[in-house]
Amino acid sequence: MDFLSLFVIVPFLTVVGIVFCKDFKQVRLTAAIGMTIQLGLAVALIFMYLAERKAGNMAEMLFMADYVWFPSLNIRYAIGVDGISVAMIGLTAVVVITGILASWEVQHLSREFFISLILLATGVFGFFITIDLFSMFLFYELAVIPMYLLIGLWGTGPKEYSAMKLTLMLMGGSALLLVGIFGLYFNSNPDGGQLTFHILEISKVHIDPMAQRFFFPFTFVGFGVLGAMFPLHTWSPDGHSSAPTAVSMLHAGVLMKLGGYGCFRVAIFLMPDAAHELGWIFLILTTISVVYGAFGAIQQKDLKYINAYSSVSHCGLVLFAILMMNKTSMNGAILQMISHGLMTALFFALIGMIYGRTHTRLINEMGGLMKIIPFLGVVYVIAGLASLGLPGLSGFVAEMTIFIGSFQHTDTFHRVCTIVATSSIVITAVYILRVVGILLMGPIKNKEFENLGDAKWFERLSLGTLVVVIASIGLAPLWLSNMINDSLVPIIEKLTMNL
Amino acid sequence: MRLEDFLLMRHELLLTLIAIIILIAEIFTDDFKKQGIRPLSIILMAIVTIVGFLPAPTGTLFGGMYQATDMRLMMKNILNIGALIVFIQSASWLKSDDNQNKVSEFFLLLISTLIGMNFMISSGDFLMFYLGLELATIPIAALAAYDRYSNKSSEAGIKLILISALSSGILLYGISMIYGTVGSVYFDKVSVAYGATPLQIMSFIFFFTGMAFKISIVPFHLWTADVYEGAPVNVTSYLSVVSKGAAVFIFSIMLVTVFQNIAAMWKDVMWITAAITMTLGNLFAMRQNNLKRFLAFSSISQAGFIMLGIIGGSELGMAAVVYYILVYIFSNLGAFGVIAAISNASGGKENMSDYDGLYKTNPALSLTLTLALFSLAGIPPVAGFFGKFFLFTAVAEKGYWWLLTIAVLNTIISLYYYLLPVKAMFINKAETSIAYFKSDGWTKVGLIICVAGMVIVGFASVIFEYIRTLSFGL
Repeated sequence: MDFLSLFVIVPFLTVVGIVFCKDFKQVRLTAAIGMTIQLGLAVALIFMYLAERKAGNMAEMLFMADYVWFPSLNIRYAIGVDGISVAMIGLTAVVVITGILASWEVQHLSREFFISLILLATGVFGFFITIDLFSMFLFYELAVIPMYLLIGLWGTGPKEYSAMKLTLMLMGGSALLLVGIFGLYFNSNPDGGQLTFHILEISKVHIDPMAQRFFFPFTFVGFGVLGAMFPLHTWSPDGHSSAPTAVSMLHAGVLMKLGGYGCFRVAIFLMPDAAHELGWIFLILTTISVVYGAFGAIQQKDLKYINAYSSVSHCGLVLFAILMMNKTSMNGAILQMISHGLMTALFFALIGMIYGRTHTRLINEMGGLMKIIPFLGVVYVIAGLASLGLPGLSGFVAEMTIFIGSFQHTDTFHRVCTIVATSSIVITAVYILRVVGILLMGPIKNKEFENLGDAKWFERLSLGTLVVVIASIGLAPLWLSNMINDSLVPIIEKLTMNL
Repeated sequence: MRLEDFLLMRHELLLTLIAIIILIAEIFTDDFKKQGIRPLSIILMAIVTIVGFLPAPTGTLFGGMYQATDMRLMMKNILNIGALIVFIQSASWLKSDDNQNKVSEFFLLLISTLIGMNFMISSGDFLMFYLGLELATIPIAALAAYDRYSNKSSEAGIKLILISALSSGILLYGISMIYGTVGSVYFDKVSVAYGATPLQIMSFIFFFTGMAFKISIVPFHLWTADVYEGAPVNVTSYLSVVSKGAAVFIFSIMLVTVFQNIAAMWKDVMWITAAITMTLGNLFAMRQNNLKRFLAFSSISQAGFIMLGIIGGSELGMAAVVYYILVYIFSNLGAFGVIAAISNASGGKENMSDYDGLYKTNPALSLTLTLALFSLAGIPPVAGFFGKFFLFTAVAEKGYWWLLTIAVLNTIISLYYYLLPVKAMFINKAETSIAYFKSDGWTKVGLIICVAGMVIVGFASVIFEYIRTLSFGL
């Protein structure tokens, strides 16, 4: 049994365990235990990975395993991780366990809720460990489909509409992606030998540039939908605002990263020529995402919508940095994925907790919450500061790296894009500080809110974990960025090879 | 004929045998004991299904009129599985007051259509093919009209018999032109001599049209929804799965063998009709409230997807088609099984709005239906995902990228309407949802087989690989 498969097996066993639970207390306990084990595994994986690298194992992927599944089509269940996937697995494990804690008191159909949530997590973990396009696609779809029930059943507001919109748009993305995957598969061996879905094997092949030009847009847009690329981001605000807390956390925190990761690992890594040639189109779109998302957030009055638009902006920055295609900016992109994953999970957790108390998410109806629920208030400020990139928190490290990397391009086009994207930092500050001011400061607007209780133990634990991780990445980013850097080497080589 | 030759025809002979046994049982039981025929038929059918899988020789009979290859035997086995599930699912329905004195008729008619389909699949010339086709269609019309006191059921029967007669006429006209130009009805002779003269193209068009009626390809699909809606649920499920599967099997065999000389032409025709079939089937399915009509349009669009595998024309495409039909049998029969169970228990509730809040009252049935719909939509981890993936691989292999794009976009449209019943069951709230009821043993067994099939057929790659090895020698 290989180590990496445990990341799929543990959630699966947790689901099986939940099926046999009697009441909702047992259910949530099982879920929490399962996902704590998962977090432990993720931490162990990080240490094992670092130890291997230290011992001088410079293979492109570590802990690889390869099982033939459908021999006639050479479909395999192949797994392996590099520094980037290790980092993403760590992020996922943190967000999932905090999500479970944040939904500690979901009593309505709790069994079904936790099963769907953990199924979603299974898909995400599977996606990050696999290096075979077929299994990657399978896990991608597995991660998307539970969202429909999660939003439709436990959501708020126009949940049925949002759930359907989200599912169809994401599945639409996966449909386009499928065309791209077939394109890669049938061009993976120009000499007429065995075709393959294996990412590393395809990366050794120089795919016909004509084919690249045709399939790159399919692949990039397919993943880009999940990464909320303008103009295909519209599922994100609706979906996030209707979803229950843990689902928003998981979705914005982790699932949207599947898009960025996929664009990077599949679209750009495997089709570098087309990426160089057609990248500019998507660069323009992502620049629009960055700025448009930020402006969108200013306009909103609903806390979740604000955060959802802010996610569009931040995830746009991920794709933006990936398309800059140099080592620094790509490193920044991965850091931004992790940083955004953590802080947006923190935001959504907080919003869920505030909504659970005040039963409103409109910022105009609230005010002076800092006086009533100081713990939540302080954490909200921390999350806000991380989001606008305060040094010492993870957001700063990521954005700084991205903009330094993208400014390394000397031509006008990239410079203009960078400058426009940089302006989002200012706009972010505007909407974050505005919300903090209205929501937390000033007099208490609503007398009914005066008796609200502050965070309970599980809420504190959930928020505390996220804050600690955000701060530790902000204060000691180097080990993480070194880990990512090592893994970027082969990718950058591939990108510059045929220039 | 030597003794071994009987082994070649064992599917047909065994089915004939059990038809005779059931007939004798019918004669020697009095009216009160008719119910015993149900388990008898199911057990006999199960035995035949299992015997079908035993290894046996292959070869040809009657100077090439009858052909038994591994692939064709596999197709027959798949149809047997489908028929067996339909038998099991019908058991509780046949117990009702209206039906209990015509139990054996149901089984006899079904078995005789199955014999027809088996002959059709094994046919090596147009005569045998036509004979099998007629035997496979006419009894179904009687079955569609099985519900004696329902106007819609009679309407379905009449419609089906008229459409069958019309399409058989067109088909026969095509065959006569083929005979006229080639001078033979044997497949191997026709395949060599067939060309692209105007009359031959005309004959192909007639042949194609006739088959298109049977498979309900747009624009020859208009009968489907009415017949599916009117016929009893169990007959509809048989019609949509086994009957359609058989037609697809023989159609794909004939396209790649008999009409191989004009492959370039029929591929263009199929390209267009497949795209239209998928799209129109999907668009109509979105608007349906009656679940039988809903599944009727869904089955039309599924036929479009199946055509993708045929267009490839490769052995991969062939394997994908056969595999997909197997998956489709489990998925569609799973969906129909739930609908039949609910319809029987609730006095004929078949509308989507009746299913509001079903998950609260009948969680097991709701989950089964959800799984079946996911499988039809092609969502992992159920088998439908693998089936669709292989069909798409077959199209992509031949470089039909735009058709592939149309197809994948169609899966999204189909996902929309497959989610509608899921939404009704899980999310919608209802004041009076269908009350909890206990399904009887047969229904449970039928549904468990379907669920197990949907899960196992996908993940167990041996099944696809086995079909793949067979597809080299049609």
